[in-house]
Amino acid sequence: MSNVPPDLQYTKTHEWVRTLPDGTVEIGITDHAQHALGDLVFVEVPEGGRTVALGEPCAVVESVKAASDVYSPVAGEITLGNPLLAAEPEAVNNDPYGKGWLMRLRPTKGAASAELMAADDYRKLLQAEGG
Amino acid sequence: MAFIPHTPADVEAMLAAIGVSSIEQLFDEIPASLRVKSLDGVPVGLNEMQIGRLMSERARIDGRPLCFIGAGAYEHHIPAAVWALTTRGEFYSAYTPYQAEASQGTLQLIYEYQTMMASLTGMEVSNASLYDGASAVAEASLMSVRANRKSKSLRILVPRTVNPQYRRVAVATAGNQGLRFEDVPYVPDSGVTSLDALKKYDGEDVTAIVIQQPNFFGQLEDVDALTDWAHAKGIFVIAVVNPTSLALLKPPGEWGSSGKGADIVVGDGQPLGVPLSSGGPYFGFMTTRMEYVRQMPGRIVGRTVDLSGREGFTLTLQAREQHIRRAKATSNICTNQGLLVTAATIHMSLLGAGGLERVAAHSMANTAALVAALTAIPGVSAAFSAAGFHEAVLRLPQAAAPVLEKLAARNILGGFDLSRHFPELGHALLVCATETRNADDIALYADALRGALG
Repeated sequence: MSNVPPDLQYTKTHEWVRTLPDGTVEIGITDHAQHALGDLVFVEVPEGGRTVALGEPCAVVESVKAASDVYSPVAGEITLGNPLLAAEPEAVNNDPYGKGWLMRLRPTKGAASAELMAADDYRKLLQAEGG
Repeated sequence: MAFIPHTPADVEAMLAAIGVSSIEQLFDEIPASLRVKSLDGVPVGLNEMQIGRLMSERARIDGRPLCFIGAGAYEHHIPAAVWALTTRGEFYSAYTPYQAEASQGTLQLIYEYQTMMASLTGMEVSNASLYDGASAVAEASLMSVRANRKSKSLRILVPRTVNPQYRRVAVATAGNQGLRFEDVPYVPDSGVTSLDALKKYDGEDVTAIVIQQPNFFGQLEDVDALTDWAHAKGIFVIAVVNPTSLALLKPPGEWGSSGKGADIVVGDGQPLGVPLSSGGPYFGFMTTRMEYVRQMPGRIVGRTVDLSGREGFTLTLQAREQHIRRAKATSNICTNQGLLVTAATIHMSLLGAGGLERVAAHSMANTAALVAALTAIPGVSAAFSAAGFHEAVLRLPQAAAPVLEKLAARNILGGFDLSRHFPELGHALLVCATETRNADDIALYADALRGALG
C-alpha cells in the first residue's frame, strides 16, 4: 500500500494539495502515481506568473516509458515551479510529498476547485483501483 | 537488419497462438461503414516489369538536360560509392529501427548522421531527419510554439525571402493549429530582409522568425543583426540553411553577437548525396540546443552501454513521440527518411569537411561566372546588389517563361521563373551553377540565351 499522508488533500487523478500558511497551495503527485510511472527522467514545471484554469494540464512528468500531464486541481496563478526538479527529477520518486513537490499557486478567490478528497477517501479510491 | 516478410506458415502460427482465425478478424472492431472498400482514381498495382518500363519511358521524356535550376534542390556530384553502399541489403530500408538488438548498424549510422548535422549547423542535438525542408520548417514552427514558453501569440514571421514552397507547406501543416504566418517584405535593391521592415513588431508578442541563409534569391541575409533583433525581444530564431553553404558560412549555432545562435536549425538535406529525382524523395534535417530537445519532433538515436558495459545505440527520448504520447506527441505527422540519411551520411564521410568546402567554393565561383557571362548579354542584369552564395536573380528584357521554353528546346533548363511567386520583380529568373557545370556549359547557356532573346 502506498504512502498517503493524512494531512493532505487528494484528487482522482492522483495529485496532492497542501495549503501553506500564506494561503498559497503546494501541488505534487502522489506516491501511488510516482510508483505507477516508474523512474522519472524529466519533469517540466510551469513558470511563475502563469494563470492556470481548473483541470488545465500544467506540468509534465516523464519516465523512460511514458510522459503524463499533471492537471491543476485548483484555478489560480502559479507562484513558483519547483526549481530543483530540472536537475533532480528523481526527487519526485524519492520524496513525492516533500522535495518532489511540483508547483505552488495562489488560488483565484471564489473559483471552483476539483473535488478534493481527504486521505481516507483517497486510500479507498486506491483500493478500488486495485492499488 | 533484413526485413523479410512473414511466410504463410509464420502467419498461421501467430494467429493460432492468439486464437484468431484470420488477419481480417483482427479488424472486426472497425465498423463496416468506416472501412474503405476501394480507392477511386487509384489504378491497380503494376508488377516490377511494368513499373520499370513506365518509369524508363518517363525518364526518357525528361532526357539529360543541362540544369541551371536550383530553387531548393541542387544537382551535385554524388560519388558512385554513395549509392552502391546505400543500396546494400543491410541498409536498404526506409524503416525506423525500433528494435535495437537487431539494428545496431543502422542505429550507429543514424547516430553518426546526427553528430555530423549537429557539427555542421553548430548546434547541440539533431534528430534522425524529417520528410523534407518544407515540412521541417512547419515542424520547427510548431516546436517554437512549444519551446518559447514566454510567447503566447503563435505568430511566426516569415520573410518573403524564404522559399515560398516552404511557407505554403508551413501554412498547410500548422495554419489550422492556430499558428499565424506573417510575411515580412525584403529590400527591393538588395533582395534581403532589413531591420526596418521588422520595426513594426517592436513591443508585440511574436513567437518566432524564420531566417533563410542563403535566402531563396541566393543572397546573404544579415543573420547576426536579425538574430540579435529577435533575441532582444524573446523571439525564437528558426534558421533555414543549405547544408552545402555551411562549409563556407558561419553555422547558425554562432549567429548573433551573443554567440547564443539560432534556436532551431532546419533545411533540406538533398544536396548531401540525394539525386534530383524529379523532385523527391528528399530529407529534412533539424537541430537544436539540448534545453529544447524534449520539444523536438522525430526520432533521436542515442549512444549508451549494455549490461556488460559495451557501447551500443538505441532510440532515445521516445516518451515525446506518437507511439507513446499519442495526441500530445511532439508530432503526429513526421518520420525519418532512413535511406536518404544513409546516403547523406556516406556522402559526407566520403567528402569530408574539405570536400564539402570545395563543392561549396566551386559552386559559388561557377554561379559568379554564370552571372558574369549572362549579364554581358544586352538587357540582362543582376537584380540584387547583396553578396550571394551559389544562386542569383537575373532580370530579363522579356518574360521568362517563353525564354525558358526556347532554352529547353536546346536541352537547357535555364532557371526558375520567379514571376509567379514574386511578380513585383518583373521578368526575373533564378539561376544556379553548381560544381557540376563547367566553362563550356556556361558558354553554351550564354550563347543559347543570346539566341533566345534575339
